[in-house]
Amino acid sequence: MVDDSTIPPSPIYAQEGQPLVLAEAAKSTAMPLLSASGLVKRFGGICAIDGAEIEVQQGSITGLIGPNGAGKTTLFNLLSNFLQPDQGRVIFDGEPIHQLPSYQIARRGMVRTFQVARTLSRLSVLDNLLLGAQQQTGEKFWNTWFRQRQIAREEAQLQERAMEVLHSVGLAHMAQAYAGALSGGQRKLLEMGRALMTQPKLILLDEPAAGVNPTLINQICDRIQTWNREGMTFLVIEHNMDVVMSLCDRVWVLAEGKNLAVGTPAEIQTNPLVLEAYLGQ
Amino acid sequence: MHLFLSSCAVQALLSQLPIGYLVSLIIFAGTFALFSLGLNLQWGYTGLVNFGHVAFLTLGAYTTVLLSLNQVPLLLAVLIGSAVAALLGLAIGFSSLRLREDYLAIVTIGVSEVVRLITLNEEWLTRGSFGVYGYPTPLAELTRPTLASRWVMVALWTALFALAGWQLLRWALRHTKRTISNDTPSSLVSSRKLLASVATAVSGGILYLAGAIALLNYAEYPKAGLMLMLVIVLALVYWGLEVLGHSPWGRVLKAIREDEEVPKALGKNVFSYKLQSLMLGGAIAGLAGAFYAWQLSFINPDGFIPLITFQAWIIVVLGGAGNNAGTLLGAAILWAYFSLTRALPDLLNAISTVIPGIPTTLDDARVGAFRIMVIGLLLMVLMMLRPQGILGNKEELTLGR
Repeated sequence: MVDDSTIPPSPIYAQEGQPLVLAEAAKSTAMPLLSASGLVKRFGGICAIDGAEIEVQQGSITGLIGPNGAGKTTLFNLLSNFLQPDQGRVIFDGEPIHQLPSYQIARRGMVRTFQVARTLSRLSVLDNLLLGAQQQTGEKFWNTWFRQRQIAREEAQLQERAMEVLHSVGLAHMAQAYAGALSGGQRKLLEMGRALMTQPKLILLDEPAAGVNPTLINQICDRIQTWNREGMTFLVIEHNMDVVMSLCDRVWVLAEGKNLAVGTPAEIQTNPLVLEAYLGQ
Repeated sequence: MHLFLSSCAVQALLSQLPIGYLVSLIIFAGTFALFSLGLNLQWGYTGLVNFGHVAFLTLGAYTTVLLSLNQVPLLLAVLIGSAVAALLGLAIGFSSLRLREDYLAIVTIGVSEVVRLITLNEEWLTRGSFGVYGYPTPLAELTRPTLASRWVMVALWTALFALAGWQLLRWALRHTKRTISNDTPSSLVSSRKLLASVATAVSGGILYLAGAIALLNYAEYPKAGLMLMLVIVLALVYWGLEVLGHSPWGRVLKAIREDEEVPKALGKNVFSYKLQSLMLGGAIAGLAGAFYAWQLSFINPDGFIPLITFQAWIIVVLGGAGNNAGTLLGAAILWAYFSLTRALPDLLNAISTVIPGIPTTLDDARVGAFRIMVIGLLLMVLMMLRPQGILGNKEELTLGR
């Protein structure tokens, strides 16, 4: 048995009375937290992303909008390397990440959600959240037998933290239910909570309000704003303009794989180029 | 006098038990349980569609046997056999795990046939279809163990059964508590449960007695030691897999089974976990291969046909995917079925004396095919009535994505 009394407590757990968001401070506050430039992605003859760029400032809620087929989700996939960009650079927290596999990008603190919420249906809601925690001792094969006491202690702490997150997203009463029993909107909330469990620096949200009833939309927006006040940075794809206008500090507009405009929500709303792209000629 | 009489009666009853047969039945069922636990880890937990599981069994069996024929100590030979099977998992994983999951199914089925054809054709190594025999088996030198050591073995045997019984009892109690709290006290359900527990207790008792008698009369039943060893190994592997399944490691595997993009997005190295699952499942099957060879005491490529893979699939599906206890139960049921239907030709003969027109000239091959056909039929019925398997959780299976 390993004497684990000498192992210092892992820093990944919430201390009592602290906010849920435990984002590490970014290495430099002068540079944007995330900046991508010159991104190109071709699918056969179609150029889905054609030299797009994007910047996300530390502590902001940045919006990414554009008509259907503009390449917003593809851009997300390139940023998180679920798709390999053909060209371009992605700098996250001062380091290039476009060569890294997706899971390492997540480990560095940039975690994404999906347009169609992906829940692990046959796992409990609580297990869905626990999966999000990083650097768990019990995730290593050999540790599962030789560090059982430490794992049990970590699990207890993680469960406590997961329950706090579940309370925060209003799913605490569902903790033991299978995630497959959740409604579409609840799945979106679950995904957000799961992303928060990884203690990221930046959360990429892909249409958090799509297909969600108005009450839950308010709840989702409220969560994003609360966590943002506590220090979390967001990049949000969204079609619902009310949501974009009320949430975002800065909005990037994408059309046909290219940047169309960038500015504050008010500027974007009156930009003739944007109106044209959305409404057609 | 009275005591003497009753003990005579018990002895007369026990003498009716086909002990040698029951011992080999325990060994076969145990070997297949071990073999299927590997598949359950790969498919039930991780969702890897492995249609070539027999390849791991083949490598484990041949490596162990060939090494021990060349004076490598048995324990070392088994460990190497298991490691070689794990390496096969590594090779399969590297070549196909990055592709879509259906490719894995195709690659594994191909690999298992390649492995079998190699054992058939590389005669310098495996003696081809003539097979390998005369290899050492464990505890074989113990033909005359002392009385004390025999009692120690019986004690171990008893302890294992007590442990299993205790676990079963705890599980049953928890289960009844849950059903009571769920407020569904159907008398049908409870009578079915009663029947199941009586059947379990009776068959468990018979197997225990047969094993204990075989261990006490070791000289008469030389496979008894193998049986004890196998059951100990099975218990250890089962326990290890349960610990793994309930750990954060197991949670990642289940997440991969559900939707591998999610763990990927949450910072888990999905490829590495899949490799670990494939290798560990392979190593367990390799270990089963050694016991398979020891029990058969003669192996040739005919013992490693794709049907063996599908027997493991039957066991896992029957018991409930992703449930280790279900896998053990599945193996027990399949082998109980095999042993009970062995009497099928005799039964047909008996019936034909009463009702003429029943075909009595079924040869062994036809009866064998018929037995497997009936399994297919039973599986179809099971899938319709209870798609989650016997011990599987229905809610887990039927929830929409």
